Amino acid sequence: MKRIFTVFALLTGLLLSYALYQALIVAPTEKTMGDVQRIFYYHVPSAWTAFLLFTINFVASVVYLIRRSSAADALAVVSAEVGVVFCTVVLVTGPLWARPVWGIWWTWDVRLTSTLVLWLIYVSYLMLRRFSASGETPVLAAALAIFGALDVPLVYFSIWIFRTQHPQPVIGGGGSIDPRMWHVLLINWAAFLCFALLICWSRYRLEVLKREVEEMQALEALLQPRGSR
Amino acid sequence: MTLSTITRATLMKDLRLEWRSKDAINAMLFFALLVVVVFSFSFDPNAEESRQIAGGLVWVAFLFAAVVALNQTWARELRNQVLDAYRVSPAPANSLFLAKAIGNFVFVGVLEALMTPLFIVFYQLRAVGPVWQLVPVAVLGTWALVVNGTFFAAVSIRTRSREIMLPLLLFPISIPAIIAMVNATTAILTGELSIRVWIVLLATYDVVFTIACLLFFEMVLHAE
Repeated sequence: MKRIFTVFALLTGLLLSYALYQALIVAPTEKTMGDVQRIFYYHVPSAWTAFLLFTINFVASVVYLIRRSSAADALAVVSAEVGVVFCTVVLVTGPLWARPVWGIWWTWDVRLTSTLVLWLIYVSYLMLRRFSASGETPVLAAALAIFGALDVPLVYFSIWIFRTQHPQPVIGGGGSIDPRMWHVLLINWAAFLCFALLICWSRYRLEVLKREVEEMQALEALLQPRGSR
Repeated sequence: MTLSTITRATLMKDLRLEWRSKDAINAMLFFALLVVVVFSFSFDPNAEESRQIAGGLVWVAFLFAAVVALNQTWARELRNQVLDAYRVSPAPANSLFLAKAIGNFVFVGVLEALMTPLFIVFYQLRAVGPVWQLVPVAVLGTWALVVNGTFFAAVSIRTRSREIMLPLLLFPISIPAIIAMVNATTAILTGELSIRVWIVLLATYDVVFTIACLLFFEMVLHAE
């Protein structure tokens, strides 16, 4: 298992550097935005990866509630944590691009606002996990994950009406992109997915180990004779 | 013992407790009053534009004040291990949940009824749109806050630093409801736009989360 992990880590590193080369050198420069547009190759794959991880978190939470398996709960923690990291990357790279292109750091547009709300929901999920007593955490967190997933369409819909009643944001809707750009984008997404999988994998191992250690400590505390504590 | 008798018994007990102590309602009222006063310094309360922001202001005050009542919902049952007694009793968990949610609805409703005149006086509010429409917005909006608030109060009571945990869990989930309440209220005050879409959104939110709360409450109550 350890050898596969090392090989996979090496491959991910290679793929990431190839994707970086593609994004910075090979991809054609955008006509109006110039080189700033290249942040697109990090922004969009991060967003897709984050949404994928949040979906995994939802599925793992449902599976946990049905089967009560510790593995599903560990997967839920891992996907939420890594998802929040990727979502943060999205929220940071967005304004970096928006400032030179739109002239503003942030606009309360549908996509931006709902991504921010999604981020808020998952940060509250991680806080709940951190602050609740260990035995109850999985059930409470799974319930919150399901409430959050129910909330997502409502969030999107409410912000959509809210914004369509107000002046439209300056986002450039529609339009097609160069097929070479698509190619680079997909390579970058593949690299980001591998990277996310790599982090999730090692974080999952860590989570399982942590649980084993906790169980062992609890057992030791029980087995110790009373006087020696 | 059916679902409704248990609900009624628990509800009456909570109302009687509150009637005698007036703990939650006093704290909520004072808190909302403070919000009104503090906000009045951030803009000119007599200006015509204050109508544009009053909708948001009113609901922010109610939202923060409601947290005070919601936090007390289950904390009150911790004394003398009443919550543990509920857990081992054969009474259906949902009847308990409904009683608590309706109780909180009454508390927050009373708060709104008492605070609204104060808002009108302090901010010179005069609705341009049809005023009666504020009633369905208030009813649906209050239920939206209270049903999830009661649920997440039961979640946060199981955590460390529970008082602070409730708003952290409740506010992100409540964002769609808050957007709908605030926009509907502003639309009525300014008389510019129709509120139908916001009413539909609030009603959907209420139905979805009432069902979700009833489905998951028992599991949260018995989480070990």
